[in-house]
Amino acid sequence: MLLVLGRRVANIVPTLAAVIAVIFLLFSVLPGSFISAMNEDGRTTMDPAVMDRMRKEMGLDDPLPQRFVKYLANTAIGDLGTSFRTKEPVTKLVGNRLWPSLKLVLAAMAVAIAIGVPLGFIAALKPGSAIDTISMVGAISGLSLSQFWLGLMLMYLFALKLQWLPSFGYGDGGLRYLILPALALGVGPMALLARTTRAAVLEVLNADFVRTARSKGMSESRVVEWHVLRNALVLVVTTIGLQFGSLMGAAVVVEKLFSWPGIGSLLVDSVFQRDIPTVQGCILLIVTFFLAINTLVDMAYVAIDPRIRYR
Amino acid sequence: MPDNEIVRGGRLMRKLVWSTMAAFALLGVAAASAQQAQTPRKGGTIRMTGPYAASFGSLDPHVTPRAQDQIVNQAIHRPLYTWDTAANKLALELATDVQSSPDGLVHTFKLRNDVYFHNGRKMTADDVIWSYTRIMDGTKGYPGARYIRVIKGATDVEKGQAKEISGLKKIDDSTIEITLTDRVDPGYYLFPGTTAILPKEEVEKGNFAANPVGLGPFKFKEHIPGSRVVTERFDKFYKAGKPYADKLEVLLMAEAAARDVAFRNKEIDTSILGPAQYVAYRADPELSKGILEVAEMFTRAITFNHDVKPFGDKRVRQAINHAIDSELIIKRLVKDKAYRATSWLPPSSAAFDKSIKPYAFDQAKAKKLLAEAGLPNGFEWELTTSQNESWGLPIVEAIIPMLDKVGIKVKPKLVEATVLTEILMKGEHNSVISSNLTGPDSLAVLRSFYSKTPRTAGHYTNYSNPEFDKLLDAAAQEAELAKRNDLLRQANNLLYEDAPVWFFNYNKAVLAYQPWIHGLQPNPTEITHQYPEDVWVDTRSPAK
Repeated sequence: MLLVLGRRVANIVPTLAAVIAVIFLLFSVLPGSFISAMNEDGRTTMDPAVMDRMRKEMGLDDPLPQRFVKYLANTAIGDLGTSFRTKEPVTKLVGNRLWPSLKLVLAAMAVAIAIGVPLGFIAALKPGSAIDTISMVGAISGLSLSQFWLGLMLMYLFALKLQWLPSFGYGDGGLRYLILPALALGVGPMALLARTTRAAVLEVLNADFVRTARSKGMSESRVVEWHVLRNALVLVVTTIGLQFGSLMGAAVVVEKLFSWPGIGSLLVDSVFQRDIPTVQGCILLIVTFFLAINTLVDMAYVAIDPRIRYR
Repeated sequence: MPDNEIVRGGRLMRKLVWSTMAAFALLGVAAASAQQAQTPRKGGTIRMTGPYAASFGSLDPHVTPRAQDQIVNQAIHRPLYTWDTAANKLALELATDVQSSPDGLVHTFKLRNDVYFHNGRKMTADDVIWSYTRIMDGTKGYPGARYIRVIKGATDVEKGQAKEISGLKKIDDSTIEITLTDRVDPGYYLFPGTTAILPKEEVEKGNFAANPVGLGPFKFKEHIPGSRVVTERFDKFYKAGKPYADKLEVLLMAEAAARDVAFRNKEIDTSILGPAQYVAYRADPELSKGILEVAEMFTRAITFNHDVKPFGDKRVRQAINHAIDSELIIKRLVKDKAYRATSWLPPSSAAFDKSIKPYAFDQAKAKKLLAEAGLPNGFEWELTTSQNESWGLPIVEAIIPMLDKVGIKVKPKLVEATVLTEILMKGEHNSVISSNLTGPDSLAVLRSFYSKTPRTAGHYTNYSNPEFDKLLDAAAQEAELAKRNDLLRQANNLLYEDAPVWFFNYNKAVLAYQPWIHGLQPNPTEITHQYPEDVWVDTRSPAK
């Protein structure tokens, strides 16, 4: 198991390096730059000599390959540079947002798993029934709803009309503030999980070994519990992993709408103000999170299905 | 209709426009005096919003020029001057008196004796000198350097050729002599938030942006990046009895729709309105009672590059101004959330001419002017624009058919707002539609059209008129304020006649406020920049 983990982690390194290269190159060709970030109201407010000096100090005038090697080397030792905008270390800016982001993503995933998986499971056990139809219509609607619209509706209903919850903000970081954004973010993955679970369970229910289990007189509940559930879980866990990993990046809209202090809203702000070091820091974190979750999912496969072996 | 009737009609229209604007102003004053009639309540929490982005840049005021950050920094920090929103002029803030030399270059400030930093230390002349010197640190590129450069010797420090600014002289702890390079009102240069006076010992501790210490009415308590900043009343603030509130929170809310829900849900006390919400709030019997509006110092315009044919020809530029029905666009598209621009300078400028006649919507005249310019069939032109709803693509889409009627074919070229500035700076444009800061220093603003101003300093039109240059030179030399304003007025009017741009509108900033909040100021430099020591909340506020 440890060997497998070691191998997976070793695989992450080249992937991350490739991602860093892509981010770096992409932002070097993006129109709008340091000048837009450092000056105000549509004119050069900085002394051109000072600007030149700063460009040199930041190494922005160096040739692209040289800048890339420098960036790679700095990133390797955990130095993500200094924000153009706030002049603070990027690691600090990103670090400030990490916990709220994680909290939101975990809460959204909890909502998705707690509702999506049982819903898909029940629907699969009774295909064609009313509960199957209702939950699948719900799942398709959930997938098609825009987070922005859903978020606004949740605000409108639970904050403005019912007065149960605050409509926005981080507050004291408590649960009251987390519920609405987590719901808005969790509905998409919840719907996908419900559909995937249903499909996975249905497939396993028709498998030969399930028929065998039934034919040897096993009770239905034991069949489901021992054979169906475990075998269906591989696909479900894959979906959970993929959704979980991409959620941190996908939270941008919800974070902005609910003024939630996560990575996503920092990323959008930084893109608009061409704060390239911060943008690179945010993307790097999102990608690392994705890769980490994927590695965990790979580990989970081994635990769930002993037939799966990594060489 | 005889000509004199047309003129009279025009005058009537003008009178109407101005009386409407005056009525709005009076309403504002009436509302303000109604608020003042009540005795301000001590205590409570003010909950303002940061509507422009999802984060604050920095709470170190020297580091950030952004409007969003200034909302908070105005509560924690203070510069030497402030903007008196009631009288609409500059006012001394940290000094009680200023004496100027006859040549208008040396200014001696008597500092207030009762100004304390939040760490309890009294502010002295040394703090002013240290702060201005810090701003000129050429290795940091502080945004306030553009203002402090007006002090003699400041650029030497910026270039690393001197350690001290020679134009700053401490007479005693509470007296400072400031020598300028030009005959200008120092207030324009020393009122921006980026020139605030900071305590050296706190800045040098490091991590100042995370623990800002200033001398404003509220002291820093907490900053949750991406969420809010909380400040508390500073009891040793130099204005007796102020501030009123115990706490001031600035909550980040970049999404207009969410802000709307939060405002209706009484979770915030103020909100900035866009055109769509402005219509909805005005139509609502309750919400319409809490709307504060002001003509901000922003002029929306299409900047023509006069080096590119045919924009060098004045008649072509005038033709474009005649061919577009600006009133209609302001009414229908901008939903009346703007005032028609009748010159480059905004109405709040002392050099603004209220009697100026706007370009009439007259397409026949436009065609005639084009024909005179040798373009009877019009021409094709690529207009660079952003997505902005008030001064971007929607406006361009509205003017395309109008200009088409006079033979001008406009092709929009869409770029991101951040890129606009860069295109202008590099001179890679033939025309750009944008929103331009046009105040409060009218002389500095008009310098954007002065032929010797370099492009990167804002001279994006390449407009050149010796007569205009002469008026500006004379204004810069004129010591008497009334005469200077008169010269600037002439220059501004000449500019309107020469039409170096398409004059579109002045932004009408609209702030919605809850019934329990009082003392808000119609600040034309930026409506969200409230002086929070004058703001108070009554007991109806749901925030304790």
